[in-house]
Amino acid sequence: MPKLTVHEMKKMREASKKEMSLREGNFRGKVIVHLGTCGIAAGAREIMDTFLEEFDNRDITDIMFTSTGCAGLCSKEPMITVEIGESPPVKYGKLTPEKAIKILDEHIIGGKMVDEFAIGIGSERVG
Amino acid sequence: MAKKKRIELMVCAGTGCVAGGAFQIMEELKKELKARGLKDEVPVVATGCNGFCGQGPLMVVIPDNIFYGWLTLEEIPHLVEEHFLKGRPVQKLMFTPPEEKRPIPLLSNIPFFEKQVLVVLKNKGIIDPEKIGDYMARDGYVALEKALFSMKPGDVVDEIMKSGLRGRGGAGFPTGRKWQLTRQQERTPKYLIANCDEGDPGAYMDRSVLESDPHSIIEGMLIAAYGIGSSNGFIYVRSEYPLAIERMETAISQAREYGLLGKDILESGFDFDIEIREGSGAFVCGEESSLIHSIEGDIPEPRQRPPFPAQSGLWGFPTLINNVETLANVPAIIAKGAGWYSSIGTETSKGTKIFSLVGKINNTGLVEVPMGITLREVIYEIGGGIPGGKEFKAVQTGGPSGGCIPVAMLDSPIDYESLTKAGSMMGSGGMIVMDEDTCVVDVSKFFIQFTNDESCGKCVSCRDGSDAILEVLTRISGGTGKEEDIDFLTELGQTVKDASMCGLGQTLPNPVLSTLRYFKDEYEAHIKEKRCPALVCKHLIRYYIDPDKCVGCLKCLKICPVSAIQGELKYVHIIDQDKCTKCGQCLEVCPPKVTAVSKVSGNDMESLEQLPQIIPCAERKKK
Repeated sequence: MPKLTVHEMKKMREASKKEMSLREGNFRGKVIVHLGTCGIAAGAREIMDTFLEEFDNRDITDIMFTSTGCAGLCSKEPMITVEIGESPPVKYGKLTPEKAIKILDEHIIGGKMVDEFAIGIGSERVG
Repeated sequence: MAKKKRIELMVCAGTGCVAGGAFQIMEELKKELKARGLKDEVPVVATGCNGFCGQGPLMVVIPDNIFYGWLTLEEIPHLVEEHFLKGRPVQKLMFTPPEEKRPIPLLSNIPFFEKQVLVVLKNKGIIDPEKIGDYMARDGYVALEKALFSMKPGDVVDEIMKSGLRGRGGAGFPTGRKWQLTRQQERTPKYLIANCDEGDPGAYMDRSVLESDPHSIIEGMLIAAYGIGSSNGFIYVRSEYPLAIERMETAISQAREYGLLGKDILESGFDFDIEIREGSGAFVCGEESSLIHSIEGDIPEPRQRPPFPAQSGLWGFPTLINNVETLANVPAIIAKGAGWYSSIGTETSKGTKIFSLVGKINNTGLVEVPMGITLREVIYEIGGGIPGGKEFKAVQTGGPSGGCIPVAMLDSPIDYESLTKAGSMMGSGGMIVMDEDTCVVDVSKFFIQFTNDESCGKCVSCRDGSDAILEVLTRISGGTGKEEDIDFLTELGQTVKDASMCGLGQTLPNPVLSTLRYFKDEYEAHIKEKRCPALVCKHLIRYYIDPDKCVGCLKCLKICPVSAIQGELKYVHIIDQDKCTKCGQCLEVCPPKVTAVSKVSGNDMESLEQLPQIIPCAERKKK
């Protein structure tokens, strides 16, 4: 490895920053995929892969992507919950990769709920 | 195609957690993740010390920030299946505060972390200390670039001076003044030494900085060297810190590879390189002139100052010697400015300080807090108070050189002056919490034993003075103390302070003097009443079986290692005091419903009823 110049160090820093974005925790919103047995059987992992792929391609680092268990609405799986800023969480069901991308474009990036796939607003209470 | 990363498991790999099996836990995690096809989605990262050592082995799940502690190999398959495959965090591995039922899932909501202010430890648990890229991503080497390309060496020294940073090794000398004094010297070469000879019992701040963020020390040293005009640096670290040394070596070789150490750093024309020197763990080597002798290959004994190391140090050349934590503060000060730094802390003590919070405390660990925070906040809010509902008695700060601070002073702020006024000192940051079951005579004896062993022997006052103090303390705890011993200890302690040359001798009487100041009545109880109020000093206590409570269950009789207990089933047991070694196992096994065994001291030892021979418990009840 050749010795760094100031310019090269900057480039190295930027590359490492991208690599470590998960750890910085500066998220403006959250996408939660429901990974219960019902969700996995209905294709939740495919939905998850779609999001991870798109996040990476589009360099999205300000949305936390995480998972949770079954939400109790097994017939609507695969499901995700989208929480952007202070708005109440929105649950989407019966997803396909195409629907997921539409939600990404219109809701997560565009900020407008996709009514046709939404199954509810709010979240079950914990505890 | 490899799956995208969605979760990172930040497993603490500081010395404490490694001793608890962190490396095995990591292997198990990797194995279980691979078996479920999650290897690429969920990578495992080894970090430096997370700080919450009492919960180790531990990990933090990114991005959710879920904290899992007390991990065991058996739990890993279940954890991987539930959380990382099915998305259900596992409650039983989360942190639950003592006396409470509900776990706290998120690290950021755990009170231990909430009140901390991270400057030196800002990268702990977030970076892999073996990756220079991780350090850079957290704005590492930004300060170096700023110093080299937009500041003159004199500006760098001025900035440190303005920040108000003071030495974190103990004495609190203004860092900027030390830098300036070294910078003013005309002779070359000049040397720079990072002092990581951390020797206080129970203190491990410096080790953690080396283990969790080694590049921050390299960057701090580079900036210091640029400021004072040095091109040779040493890191002096004890060989008992193998993991810290290994990580430091890795960091140094990475920095060399990328041209951040060596000739013409970042094409600026500035040269600097670092060597590690391992010490063999003599406490006196933390004293700067002894440390310099040790690097030179001589016997580590202190020498008279002046001349100060800044004037004549390593091999007689001007030498700047700073504590590791002091140097680790430097990059942040240069990057964010002296004004920002001096806004944290008090009038005379700026910035933050790392403490290792140990002893009788619920949340054992490493904490970084702003100067000026009170002892009560650190012990009760961050530390979670005293375990088992016991009463707080004292906190010992500054290690063997420090003193004990009593409950009445819990609300005093933590800064250099307040601690010194209380008869203790900041020291390097050890904070040992003591509860009601701690005997101050016994604690003082422990510390004097330590400094007596570690005294290099050059000064009579320290060598023989510590012998004499130890002898008197041993006498007091052994029940043969004399009334004049208290005055003698006070006078002798003061003499040792006044007549010793280096910090070791000048501070070694502090544990005795501070406890004499705040707990004189306990010394008096030992001497006049032959009573140890905390029931610790073996010569002054006895184990006693209450004939009215004993049910004759044989438990204590069976466990006694020296067969000092007489008895039969359903007969009142008796302890033969001549045989008893006071190990205390009888007290531990006596059932909670019975509590017949107790410790007694002083008059109680004579006044309590002693049965001449064993009698049936039933007979006793009739009476």
